[in-house]
Amino acid sequence: MRKNHLGSVGALAFILIVGALGNFLSPYDTGLLTQMLIYGVFAMSLDVLHGYTGMPSLGHAAYFGLGAYVSAICSLKLGWPFGMAAPAGIVAAAVAAALFHLLALRTSKSYYLMITLAFSQVLWSVAVSWTELTGGDNGLPGVRRPNLGSWFPWTFASTHNYFYFVLAIFVVSALALYVFVKSPFGYALRGIRENEMRMRALGYNVWAYKYVASIVSASFAAVAGEMYMYLNSFVSPSSLSVTVSAQVLMMILVGAAGTLFGPVLGAGVFVILQYVLSTYTDRWLFVIGLIYVGIALYAPQGALVFIRDKFFAPKRGSAS
Amino acid sequence: MSFWIVNTLNGLSLAMILFLLAAGLTLIFGLMHIINMAHGSFYLLGGYIAITAIRMSGNFVVGAIIAVIAIAILGTLVQRLLLAKLYKQEMPQALLTLGLLFIIADIAFFTWGGDPQLVPQPALFQGAVRIFGVVYPLYRLFLIGWGLAVAFLLWMFLERTKIGAVVRAGMDDEEMVRGLGINMPLVFTGIFALGSALAGLGGVLGGPLLGMFPGADFEVVLLAFVVVTVGGLGSIRGAFLGSLLVGLVDNFGNVWFPQLSLFTIFVPMVVVLALKPTGLLGRT
Repeated sequence: MRKNHLGSVGALAFILIVGALGNFLSPYDTGLLTQMLIYGVFAMSLDVLHGYTGMPSLGHAAYFGLGAYVSAICSLKLGWPFGMAAPAGIVAAAVAAALFHLLALRTSKSYYLMITLAFSQVLWSVAVSWTELTGGDNGLPGVRRPNLGSWFPWTFASTHNYFYFVLAIFVVSALALYVFVKSPFGYALRGIRENEMRMRALGYNVWAYKYVASIVSASFAAVAGEMYMYLNSFVSPSSLSVTVSAQVLMMILVGAAGTLFGPVLGAGVFVILQYVLSTYTDRWLFVIGLIYVGIALYAPQGALVFIRDKFFAPKRGSAS
Repeated sequence: MSFWIVNTLNGLSLAMILFLLAAGLTLIFGLMHIINMAHGSFYLLGGYIAITAIRMSGNFVVGAIIAVIAIAILGTLVQRLLLAKLYKQEMPQALLTLGLLFIIADIAFFTWGGDPQLVPQPALFQGAVRIFGVVYPLYRLFLIGWGLAVAFLLWMFLERTKIGAVVRAGMDDEEMVRGLGINMPLVFTGIFALGSALAGLGGVLGGPLLGMFPGADFEVVLLAFVVVTVGGLGSIRGAFLGSLLVGLVDNFGNVWFPQLSLFTIFVPMVVVLALKPTGLLGRT
């Protein structure tokens, strides 16, 4: 109980500090903070799949990009208002995940890694080659920031206002995912990650659990993708690329897979790293590669876990 | 009729490039359970090194040999210095090779630039010949011949030699083979070097057709993944069958539905996985 209270106080403090920061920072820095929150939602969504259920996906950009594209197409080509275009993107990603996992769940770990990669790459190639719909390599520019209608007192056109919009979505998403992973359903997912055979023997319908987890994960990835698209008022095939998939995987590996807060920290570290490094060098891919090699060799449970265990809790065993 | 002949031959020549990649990928996975994301990087580096070496030596064969040997050495180093430390840890190994994919892609971009470059064709196989009533580029026929020859040699190596028998036994029960006193770490290194060299050879031979450019590494490794998923991980015959299927489907798909390019590749994969999740000839 005590620990639970501490967690809620910590989460509240985190939100207040981040919210206050948005008030003081320059528009550029607020933009960075917004990115951190968006990637935070994205990383948490992948963590449901990778960290909690043990399904290593290397194609999570598929849902991120699909949500962004569908929402952009609905508002640009069909003229739908935000209140319809945004849900449309999420539904599209959920449906795509539902269809894809009818097939993908027939495969196990290594195959799943490859098949998710192939799936995202297929969507990428469609986005590049279906120029009439997607604008091809040029992407779709000019999507207006969310507008909730005349009854709502604020618009989100300015960077600061949009930041608070993203912060609100972030809080709602984090709460929803927290409830999800702390529910009996979430514990069953952890059971599947640890020992699928045993869960099956206990009478759990493992397939259905994985199926639902993948759809939930895809939906929140689409939420993140849409927020990212509205941040830049732009979507291009690069949002579906393997680089994006690899980056979000890196965020949860830097944080700690199987916790919700770890990936958010990972997303923050990632955005700062990208910002700092881009001012000194354009060898960004090289750095990502080195981080991957380092994590694989020294800290497969997560770089932050590694640092904590190494420097802050020398007597304790590994986190569990 | 000539449409069918030309496109079938085109599909077959692509299939042979894919086989060179998929054979290494499937051997490495079958024996060591490593999903080698960096396999396409070996292909890319093989092609780039061949371009430079051929330019400097003025001879295709010399350049090709230099490139393949360089990639074999690189593969040996990667396996010995990095992957051997993560013995039997499937996810960390995949992540490590993903990191290598990025690192090598960046180094290649830095060294050879962003413009697409073709590996020069060997002088002996330039021009075209008349075959089955159509005029067809000689180099592509040469490529098909090479692919078949490599497939045959690999099959002979695995099925008819003692080392091949060790490799096959290692795929089934590695600990038992170790127990028999066979130096498995050495076999691992050898097979990883062989697989890398085959990917490098794929880059050298495929380079005159497909060219080398940033992103080519990922493009081919993805096709090779589809091949081994269709054919079944760990099976050379499966890799061969999968290469033929994917090469032909990709080629005809590109001709008939150019808008859907990669999507057409996905179709055979969906069908095979729906019917047999371990691939056509996969080990279970």
